[in-house]
Amino acid sequence: MSFETSLERLEEIAARLEEDELDLDAALALFEEGIAELRAASNFLAQAETRLKQLNEAADGVFRIDDLRA
Amino acid sequence: MALTATARDVLEGAFMPLWVRGEVSDFKAHRNGHWYFCLRDQDAQLKCVAWRDRRRIPAPPDDGMQIVALGQLTIYPGRGEMRFSVTRMQAEGDGLWRKALELTRARLQADGLLDPARKRNIPRHPRRIAVITSRDGAALRDIFAVVQRRCPSVEVVLVPAAVQGDSAPESLCYALDQVARWRGADVLIIGRGGGGREDLWAFNDERVARALAECPIPSISAVGHEIDISICDLVADLRAPTPSAAAEAAVPVQAALRERLRMSAAAMAALTSNRVARARASAGDAGRRLADDAARRIERARLELESAGGRLNALSPLATLDRGYAIVRMRDRQTVRSVGVLEPGTALDIRFRDGVARATVDGVEPNEAPSMDSASFPQEQQ
Repeated sequence: MSFETSLERLEEIAARLEEDELDLDAALALFEEGIAELRAASNFLAQAETRLKQLNEAADGVFRIDDLRA
Repeated sequence: MALTATARDVLEGAFMPLWVRGEVSDFKAHRNGHWYFCLRDQDAQLKCVAWRDRRRIPAPPDDGMQIVALGQLTIYPGRGEMRFSVTRMQAEGDGLWRKALELTRARLQADGLLDPARKRNIPRHPRRIAVITSRDGAALRDIFAVVQRRCPSVEVVLVPAAVQGDSAPESLCYALDQVARWRGADVLIIGRGGGGREDLWAFNDERVARALAECPIPSISAVGHEIDISICDLVADLRAPTPSAAAEAAVPVQAALRERLRMSAAAMAALTSNRVARARASAGDAGRRLADDAARRIERARLELESAGGRLNALSPLATLDRGYAIVRMRDRQTVRSVGVLEPGTALDIRFRDGVARATVDGVEPNEAPSMDSASFPQEQQ
């Protein structure tokens, strides 16, 4: 799940929650889903050091990304 | 008859490779790929040949061009004629480079590869960016520094390639092919730091341009030169003047993302809180039970988020759920998120946990430096 998808879904949920007709149960289900998206998105933002990697391709065409220290 | 061959050896021994200046005439590109032409000045002319596999010349010269050519004086034994065998050539005003660029550009244009409609948007929140450049160049360090500063959550993956020299076009094509098959990155930066025209020439190579055009992920070119546009610049989805600028275009500022996340989390929390409060107010004991259940579900979700350790300011509005919020709406039911949409006299509905107040704006005072923080949603009701 990408940050962008999570953020967009979260904004969508906030918009849905503005609908007056939404019953309480549906609202709570949306809220819980939103919390899960929030958790995914905030995990992404928690990364404090940029990771620098190098793409390596094995002879059989399988790709691996390995740490690269500048 | 060994005479002409001996004469050739004598001539080649007597003359080192040398540069000759003159005007091109009678240029012919033979079907077999070799070029034949004359170099002349007022007093003399010299018959020249540029063998297909030996010349390093960006484009064929035109008749009338003033050039300097590097070559070896020799005798062509089969015909017994003297020839100047040319390997390199420079035209006045970089004419050959420009011509080569124009020829390549025209071919790509004819194939529709320069069509502006082909340009894709650069994703706003990439998780991972692939960088095709040399392992040791300044470009990689510059890109890494910008990503680290703006949004350290983004991963940088080097796909190493030679960026200058004879092997560069092939090496760049290979790296582009790897990126295409790997499919693990959200955006590609291809480029190098500044250099002379010849250093940057690989980025004008038609094969590289075509491989870049086929790249399945959006691409940013960053060929570090100031004035000229490279062919890769024309084909890439976005052109950046330097590798640093490419990284800035590829990566958002993390603080802005955090703020956007915090805003939507706050809105979600406020709206849910409001919805629960309305249930509580609605129908006596049944409503209260419903609301208490809801409050427990909310609390559970909040704890789950906290235990996940999301270092996020968004937690604060969730923590204050039970304090209650009011939601401000225009009469057309549009939620008010910023004072920017208000003016004196605007009619508003302010929805509290137990009812709606109808209100009119008396005045609007935006913060001096508007930021997302000042957008007035949600408003806490103390």
